[in-house]
Amino acid sequence: MVADRIETRDVDPPLRDDQSEAARASLSGVPHEPGAPKPDPIVVADNIVRKFGGLTAVDVEHLEIQRNVITALIGPNGAGKTTFFNLLTGFDKPDEGRWSFEGHNLNGMSAYRVARLGMVRTFQLTKVLSRLSVMENMRLGATGQSGENLWQAMFAPFWRSQEKANSSRAVALLERFSLEPKKDDFAGSLSGGQRKLLEMARALMVEPALVMLDEPMAGVNPALKQSLLGHVKSLREDGMTVLFVEHDMDMVRDISDWVIVMAQGRIIAEGPPEAVMSDPKVIDAYLGAHHDAELDLDESQSGDRNG
Amino acid sequence: MEWGGILEGALQQGLGPAAIVYCLAAIGLNVHFGYTGLLNFGQAGFMAVAGYALASIVATWGLSFWLGLVVGLALSVVLALLLGVPTLRLRADYLAIVTIAAAEIIRQTVGSVSLLEYFGGQDGLQQFVDTFAGLNPFTTPMGLGPVSWRPYDFFLLCVGWTVVALCCLIVYLLMRSPWGRVLKGIREDEDAVRSLGKNVYAYKMQSLIIGGLFGALAGFMTALQHAAINPSFFATDTTFFAYTVLLLGGAARVLGPVVGAITFWFLINVLDLFFDQATVGPNPLISASIMTHQQASLMRLIFLGLALMLLMIFRPQGIFGDRRELAIDGR
Repeated sequence: MVADRIETRDVDPPLRDDQSEAARASLSGVPHEPGAPKPDPIVVADNIVRKFGGLTAVDVEHLEIQRNVITALIGPNGAGKTTFFNLLTGFDKPDEGRWSFEGHNLNGMSAYRVARLGMVRTFQLTKVLSRLSVMENMRLGATGQSGENLWQAMFAPFWRSQEKANSSRAVALLERFSLEPKKDDFAGSLSGGQRKLLEMARALMVEPALVMLDEPMAGVNPALKQSLLGHVKSLREDGMTVLFVEHDMDMVRDISDWVIVMAQGRIIAEGPPEAVMSDPKVIDAYLGAHHDAELDLDESQSGDRNG
Repeated sequence: MEWGGILEGALQQGLGPAAIVYCLAAIGLNVHFGYTGLLNFGQAGFMAVAGYALASIVATWGLSFWLGLVVGLALSVVLALLLGVPTLRLRADYLAIVTIAAAEIIRQTVGSVSLLEYFGGQDGLQQFVDTFAGLNPFTTPMGLGPVSWRPYDFFLLCVGWTVVALCCLIVYLLMRSPWGRVLKGIREDEDAVRSLGKNVYAYKMQSLIIGGLFGALAGFMTALQHAAINPSFFATDTTFFAYTVLLLGGAARVLGPVVGAITFWFLINVLDLFFDQATVGPNPLISASIMTHQQASLMRLIFLGLALMLLMIFRPQGIFGDRRELAIDGR
């Protein structure tokens, strides 16, 4: 399988590397406590509450997400991680609270406008557009297309050159994600892991500043996992901020610069991976006494993954 | 049994004005259902609004035929907005329920006694095609090969198929564009499209309006075809015939509705004429103890149902569809 090849990519814009180095370094002074203020936050959320009937699914007092680093959002099933994701991206409305992205207030903003600001998400259950080709999936991601305006759509000269530019950008991204040979296939014919890759590549077509990945490793075979990890890291090197929800502890340990732990709708701990995983509150809430042991396959794949 | 006559009669119908009506209605449904995934079960409502607008502007208010066309198109846009504003933010099934109900409300309203003086109740309206008939350059029956039509029908047929060709061109131009790509994306998964920064609600509304405008053209065609209008032309089965046409030709294919409409109406008429001939006369092919002449007229609907089932089982993609597409699981 083509996309399963683990590919190494030259990342050589040193300036950006420096930036993300610096961003990571600046986290060292941040206290390891829930709601800790960050030196350069890209997302700031206050008092976000979402109730489903009598159940309070999310109750986040204060949260800041540092720019240009990889932040993991973990927690046991039902902790409210995916709900929190939906709230931040406008796919669900909180009962109260306010939050902002790069200084833009996002209260009550619809999902598509949030995405246009540069805060793009993927989904826990991959949403590729099955009966569109891989290439069409990619082109759909480009923003500001004049051909998406009804009045200009009928006349190709209005959008042909833009379409060409988008197509070459799409091909470049597909090559990076090793999906280029599949570009004319229906997206529905891809394997689960390839769909994850396509979804990530398509999100990059939007040219986001913050990429939010909801369980990028769920249902991905181990060979592809390594290359996916590399891709997530490369987003950081390219100057993007990454926030992801994940159950795979190896991945969290391996690539995240900062970890936020949710349980029962609240943030119970924050800090670098090692610190968080030895925090007794986290062990109690989530990891159990044997959290140091590698999760075996049955355990990591069983159960409801809904966060 | 006179097979030549049956085939000629069926061909005359298959290329005739009735086929054009179903073709235009199905082109609209193709935009709604085939490309955007909107379940509009009230296409007959769009047809009724436009047809009645044309007929009543001319016959009731004595105004210009051309104004009637403009008002008909404008009202179908209004109807699309009325249907879309409350439902397009909700799940797809809500639109289905609302459209099927709205189509019935419209049909009952125009047929009601209290509006008799405007819309003519169950008898409907006549005397509104003079302007259109006045443009007819044909004076003798015209034909193609073995079949021929009355001058008015032939004129209507020329105009109708020209309109169909233009509609197909518009659909082709729209659906190959980035705009069409957004619609197809919405059909597959609207949340994914939303996450890429597209205003899904606005696109669905545009699709509903455009498909409704094609429905309006079908409504005009209905009124012109009969040179009269009454509520029974816009019953629910009109919508379902149009869906049959769409699925027969192949959804999300530009020419699907055209081929579907001709095939559908041709086959319906073959059946109709066959059973008509087989049960008539002193010594019928099918004896009266099996089936009377009156019962025979219902046979076409039985066969239509059977044909639809067979179509769904053996060729669910329609005539033009791509089987590979259907083999792909939805999500």
